Amino acid sequence: MGKTLFDKIWDAHVVRSIPGGQDVFYIDKHLIHEVTSPQAFEELETRGLPLYRKDQIVATADHNVPTKNQHLPIAEPLSRSQVDRLSENCAKYDIPLYGLGHPYQGIVHVIGPELGITQPGMTMVCGDSHTSTHGAFGAIAFGIGTSQVAQVMASQCLLLSRPKRMRITVDGELRPGVTAKDLILYVIAALGTGGATGYFVEYAGSAVRSLSMEGRMTVCNMSIEMGARGGMIAPDETTFAYLKGRPFAPQGEQWEKALAYWSTLYSDEDAKFEVEYRFKAASITPMITYGTNPGMGIALNAAIPSSVGASEVASFEKSLHYMGFQPGESLLGKPVDYVFIGSCTNSRIEDLRLVAKYVEGKKKASHVEAIIVPGSKQVEEQAKAEGLDKILAAAGFELREPGCSACLAMNEDKVPAGAYCVSTSNRNFEGRQGPGSRTLLASPLVAAASAVEGKIVDVTQFVS
Amino acid sequence: MEKFEILQSTAVPLPIENIDTDQIIPARFLKATSRSGFGENLFRDWRYDSNGNLKAEFVLNSARYKGQVLVAGKNFGCGSSREHAAWALYDAGFRVVISSYFADIFRGNALNNGLLPVQVSDQVLERLFKQIEKDPDAAFTIDLPAQQLRVPMWEETIPFDIDPYKKECLINGYDDIDFLVNQKEAIEAYERRRTWVY
Repeated sequence: MGKTLFDKIWDAHVVRSIPGGQDVFYIDKHLIHEVTSPQAFEELETRGLPLYRKDQIVATADHNVPTKNQHLPIAEPLSRSQVDRLSENCAKYDIPLYGLGHPYQGIVHVIGPELGITQPGMTMVCGDSHTSTHGAFGAIAFGIGTSQVAQVMASQCLLLSRPKRMRITVDGELRPGVTAKDLILYVIAALGTGGATGYFVEYAGSAVRSLSMEGRMTVCNMSIEMGARGGMIAPDETTFAYLKGRPFAPQGEQWEKALAYWSTLYSDEDAKFEVEYRFKAASITPMITYGTNPGMGIALNAAIPSSVGASEVASFEKSLHYMGFQPGESLLGKPVDYVFIGSCTNSRIEDLRLVAKYVEGKKKASHVEAIIVPGSKQVEEQAKAEGLDKILAAAGFELREPGCSACLAMNEDKVPAGAYCVSTSNRNFEGRQGPGSRTLLASPLVAAASAVEGKIVDVTQFVS
Repeated sequence: MEKFEILQSTAVPLPIENIDTDQIIPARFLKATSRSGFGENLFRDWRYDSNGNLKAEFVLNSARYKGQVLVAGKNFGCGSSREHAAWALYDAGFRVVISSYFADIFRGNALNNGLLPVQVSDQVLERLFKQIEKDPDAAFTIDLPAQQLRVPMWEETIPFDIDPYKKECLINGYDDIDFLVNQKEAIEAYERRRTWVY
């Protein structure tokens, strides 16, 4: 019987199998940031263990960094201390750090791909659930806890049971105005936040194949929001073209060898998945969330459900109470206070281009605060080189410096209590963007239109 | 890691589905660089109002419910991979979380920190909520060696699954890092036999 893409990569990384079902599983790349690494370094010290493979670690500072005046010291003492601790640890263990001030600095899941560190066939981990983003390249990439960060530091391995495999196929052509973000919000709404728990997901089908690398990253990024350990997409010409020439991608003869290997990375025709789902691209319309988990999504022009299953009633009512919405009502016309375009889901140059194209010659509504935060220094530089900064500024959008920003309210960027924010980030949990903040997840296009109109509008009327 | 064998304790009910780790410990409290002290901010925004006063209606502030066992709605621990969520629960005195479904990363993080996730069916979970409501002073028994949950007044015992290796770790207080460091020879041999480019 044939193998799935997942199994091909998994099997190639089994150091040994332990009786009882677990594998000693080898990790090619370990990405670290300031929030989930300090206790892992401390663990190494407490146990007197050396760092096993420093060359397979890449570090950046992203969660705590301000998105204004990055040339100044971080004002908030605890944030500064955590970022400083990362710098000290990287210096001590001789780990490359792309921290503040470095031309490669940015969100860990943005810089890995753009530098060519992320490659097909790799295994990658990071103490951050959105590590699933890197699966867009045909890698096994997943988030881990801090104890596991320490394990990888000490051994370059994890002890793992093989997850089950799920394939989600989306066939056909996406309609105008429907983006990768809508595709994944649609799938999560269909499966629910726990719908893929215990599974690794492969996305397939012509609609997925036709996405750019950036769109594929958006899809894989949000796999965790339906409980999946990770998502992945088989590498193809789009992947290879994206990687060619990037600073850490193989060069010359190595490139040819890499391509030959990468071209073997796909699910065989007779490969078996434990679960398969199929969706039609034509059924997907621009999406938005109305509740407090990413599974509570609806078509932008649909109504909030008027009822849910018995076991979900408590969560549903709590969510709507928090959001200030009623069952059965439409979100169209609801006023918006904030628009946040950024996060490891939608902060890449393609997202910034899409927003700039839409807002060119328009103005944001005066009552809306609209911030756009590039995922990396390189994205920021590219946006400036293309003149996007001027278009955005003319439309009243504030282009900030790179970081996780208002995705998770760990830094200075927060949405005030009670305010509504249309956000391109990945989570609408209670208080995610600041205590009491109310988040509506949507695509960069929906976010841009909401900023301009000052309320939630059906974007399909603006696109042809 | 502390050993876990048999725990007898009353339980605290939190019958809400999809409790994410941002609720268990909000991001703004993740700035510490050590593992301790997170219990204070466990369920911060559900437990305290914006002035820092305890909210009387939240179950963790109730005099009626207490104990080392948290019984929570389906899909507990979804969202962020932050291990701080497991640290916060443990630091606040919890040793067991019972639910009908756990998010994968949370389950792993809990097991790596001596916090036992016990998965039961939706039906059993419903009965547990009713039982706690009826008799909050009754102590549950969580017997890890026997993989059983025993509830006073219930005739049957409730079996639960756990990975055999993880069970051994919890009972003996071991963790994966010792095991993996001892695999060094096998790991080096693997690195030598890798054939592709990186």
